[in-house]
Parts: sequence; C-alpha cells; structure tokens
Amino acid sequence: MIDKKIINNIAKLSRIELDEVHAVQYAKDLSRVLEYFNQISNINTNHIEPMTTPLDQEKVLRKDVVNNIYTPEEMLANAPAKAGNLFKVPPVV
Amino acid sequence: MEIEKASLKELSSAIKTKKISCFELANIFLKRIHEVNSILNAYIHVNEDVLNQAKQLDQNNNEKTNSKERLLFGIPLGIKDMLCTKGIPTTAASKILQNFIPPYDATVVKKIKDHGGLLLGKLNLDEFAMGSSNETSYFGVCKNPWDLTRVAGGSSGGSAAAQAAHLAAATIGTDTGGSIRQPAGFCNVVGLKPTYGRVSRFGIVAYASSLDQAGPMTNSVEDAAVMLEVISGQDPLDSTSSEKPVEKFSDNLARDLKGIKIGIIKEFHSDKIDPEVTKTFNLALENAKKLGAEIIEISIPMIEHSIPIYYLIASSEASSNLARYDGVKYGYRSEFKDLSSIDLDKFYSQTRSEGFGDEVKRRIMLGTYCLSSGYFDAYYKKACQVRRLLKNQFDEQFKSCDVILSPVTTSPAFKIGERIDDPLTMYLNDIFTVATNLAGLPGMSLPYGFSKNNLPIGVQLMAAPFQEKKMLDVANALEMTTNASKQMVTLS
Repeated sequence: MIDKKIINNIAKLSRIELDEVHAVQYAKDLSRVLEYFNQISNINTNHIEPMTTPLDQEKVLRKDVVNNIYTPEEMLANAPAKAGNLFKVPPVV
Repeated sequence: MEIEKASLKELSSAIKTKKISCFELANIFLKRIHEVNSILNAYIHVNEDVLNQAKQLDQNNNEKTNSKERLLFGIPLGIKDMLCTKGIPTTAASKILQNFIPPYDATVVKKIKDHGGLLLGKLNLDEFAMGSSNETSYFGVCKNPWDLTRVAGGSSGGSAAAQAAHLAAATIGTDTGGSIRQPAGFCNVVGLKPTYGRVSRFGIVAYASSLDQAGPMTNSVEDAAVMLEVISGQDPLDSTSSEKPVEKFSDNLARDLKGIKIGIIKEFHSDKIDPEVTKTFNLALENAKKLGAEIIEISIPMIEHSIPIYYLIASSEASSNLARYDGVKYGYRSEFKDLSSIDLDKFYSQTRSEGFGDEVKRRIMLGTYCLSSGYFDAYYKKACQVRRLLKNQFDEQFKSCDVILSPVTTSPAFKIGERIDDPLTMYLNDIFTVATNLAGLPGMSLPYGFSKNNLPIGVQLMAAPFQEKKMLDVANALEMTTNASKQMVTLS
C-alpha cells in the first residue's frame, strides 16, 4: 500500500513536485498497480540469475578516443540558457 | 500506377526507370498529408523541405546513384517522433522535448537516407512511447482512420494511422511492449518488431533500454522485409546491436507452409478475448493448416505474469533513462526569474513537473519505487528473475515449433477516452505483446480480418531470436490467404 508519505518520498527521489490532488491520485494508482503486480512474489526464483538484457553476446567497448564530432556551437544549440560557451545553471555548490 | 497499392519494390523500380519522378511521388504524399492530417493528427511535424530534397534526387537519378542496393531511392517515409532526425524537431511527443532539434540522425534514419529514402515528417506517439492508445501525447490523440471516434493504438499510433491512410510509403515505429504490433493491428497494417539487437538503438529516445526496438510498419509483408533489410545491422554506436549478419529478408518469401510447425500458446486461451478476435485467429489457423502447417499446442506458464514483469522492468529502466531531462543542456526549462537564487533540487523538480505528462510521471515514480532501497529485491530483481524463467520457457518451446501464432490484442480498437482514466486496465491491454520484448524475440502483426463494425483485426507471429526470415516467410504465406491488407480506408 502506497500512502501519502511514501508517494511524497518517491516524488522527491524522482525530482517531481506533486500537489495534494495528484499525490492522492498517484498513491491510489500505484497501490492498485502494485497490488496486481504482487502476483509474482510467490514464484520460486531461488538461484535464478536476474536477466537484464536479452542479448547473448559479449559486450564490446569501442576505443576511448576523442573524435570532436560536434562544435561547441552545435553542443549548445539546444541549451535553454547559456553564457558564452557554457550552460547556464543555478548555483551548484 | 496506383501509388496506394504499389509495393516498395514497384515504387523503387518506377523511380529508377523514371516512370515517376521523386518529386511527383513526394508531392502526392505531401498533398495528402495536407488534406487529411488535420483529421487524423498522425504527423506532429511535416518536413516541407522534402520536395527540394526530392528535386535534388531527381537531378542525380542515374545508374551510379540509383543502384540496386539502394532499396529506398526516392521513396517518401514517415518516422515516429521517437527517433532523432538531424535538423528536424524530435519531441517524443513530450513538452519537455518540444523545442529539441537533434544535431545528428538516429542510425535507423541514417540508414534510410543512405538508401535514398526521403523523410515526410515525424509521427505522433504516446509521450515517450508510454501508452497503448496515443492518448498521452502532448500534441493530442491520433485518431484511427477506420473509425475516427477510436484510438489508433499506441504507442506508435501516428505511424500506424499514417500508414493506413497512405500518408507515407512506409513508416518506422518503435516497440517496447507492443507499440508497433498493437497499433498495426488496430489500423490494418503490417508491423514488425525485430529481435532485440537486430536494429541499432542509437539516436532513439530511450524508454526501456533492454526492451526497445525500432521496426517497420508497412502495407505488406514484403515491404516489411525490405524495410528490415535497410535498418538492420551492427552499429559501432550501439554496443547492444548484434553482430549477426543481415539476411536478404525479402528474397524468395515463402508461398506455402509445408513442414512448418506453428505453436499456439495454451495460456492465451481466455474468455476475456472478444469473440470476433478469436474467430479471426481461428480462421488464420485453419488457413495455415490448408497451406501445410502443423499446429501444435505449447505451454509457457510464465507468460501469465508478463504484464507485471514488463511494467516493473520498463518503469524501472524509464525512471533511470528519464533522469537526463533536467532542463540543463537541452529541452524544456521552467521559467525562473532569478536563476542565482534558485535551489538546484527546486530547479530540477519544477522543470520536470511542468515538462512531463501524467503517465510519464506515474511510470517514473513506479520505477523509482521499484529501484529504491528496501524494494529493489522484491520488485526489480524479482521481475528480472521471472523474466529469465519466461525466456527459458520460450527457448524450450522453440525446440518443437518454428513460429508462434496468437492474437495481437484482446479486442479491436477501443473508443477514445474509454480507458485513459484507468492505468491498470490500459496496462492489461498489452497481454499478447509484452512477452516478446521481455524474451527479446521478433514479433509481427499481420492484418487478417474485420469486425462487424468494420474495425481491423490482426494476428501476431513470434519466432526464436534472429529468426525474422522464417517469421516473414510464414507471414507472407498467410498474407496470401486473406484480403485484409488490400482493404483501403476511406476518410470522410
């Protein structure tokens, strides 16, 4: 059961703001969904390796080399706010 | 030449022999988009520059440039707005990406361009592909061309509707839990989800990285095979793309099913399936038998749990993938009067709350909960373990059958607004499609009939990993036993 306290904590972790109405609605939605999803809790999964990808192939890593595909202008073209060649953000430290 | 009925191979040949110019062909589709898109809302961005690009191709239409290998030379296509297109807005149908213009093409788009294909525009979808009805799009619902009061399906609703209404020669969709096959079934087009790893995911907006695949939506099985040839293959930019060689999928497609074993899944029998869907499925089975196939019943008990496994894993991956939308480097940023006095967490959360829609927030929070300390083992890890059991059961059953046949959906397209307020009911829609993504299998939807109300009904084929050729062979033979895909929609 997801209550208002839990939903507000999840929202905080998710960096999402919830008003009172939405908090109640989401708590209700998630409770119902998770209640249905709990059907898997009784399946015996002892010693079963979790499957995180369907791909049966060794991971290949490319060489770690600088390729300079994009110019700073291209990298900044979609920035919501910039200052010179930098992304503009609130104080971080 | 009737453009609507022409195959990609016929269109390509007509262009290369100059029976029709690239400009004329692009203009036919563009005109139709201008005429009917306001009714359907299939395209959310139209590439008006396509005519100039077509003219340039016409000027360079010679033996050197239009070689046999360039399968889409001058052919106009529509792309789901989940794939990055250089210089053309890419939104994932979300407010948070409303103004995003990618500096690069997704590998799928690049491959299409390399084959000479032209882009007509970007197609509507559920926001971040999270939905089964196209109703969660920031740009509004895409309507079903067969009945404008009904959904086109989702999440690739725009790709399916555009294809059905002949607003492109072929379209590209993406499929994380059925997002190509379900709308294809609702709109009477062929929709193919390749094996996980067959098609590069580079440049595709990430929803659930262990499940996402892009694939074609077309008028015919042969066209789907052609498109798959174009977009498949290993890509240095996607470490999960497969090194398996790409076959000539469209060569010598089968015309009978002699020696083919078709599995039907015992656990899919249910009285909750619309009788007209069952009738269509049974007709496909009968016709498969007539073509020489042997039908065997198989059992995949874990498939009954595929909805919980899917939504737990997809939401967990989504909560991680969508953490990147923070209003810093690109995308929507909330308005702040004085940036220097804003707390960073407030900056992120206000931006994300305004930028994401309700269903996206719901899944981010579900996923965040499943991954959070104290719940990780019970939800995410457990779901990944059951996923392994499901995959093992598929592997076991594919030892005794070549393909699996099933319905695509439990009912034909539902009414707009009918299920949007009930997330769980909406999730349960996906019962026939999610398992293929979890196991990484190829799957496709084939038009096979109509309900009494003239709504399309499809059937679904699934195959073992990288057995697309076999799946397409069976689909091609089955396609010959129905007139469904030849039915044309009329928009009034």
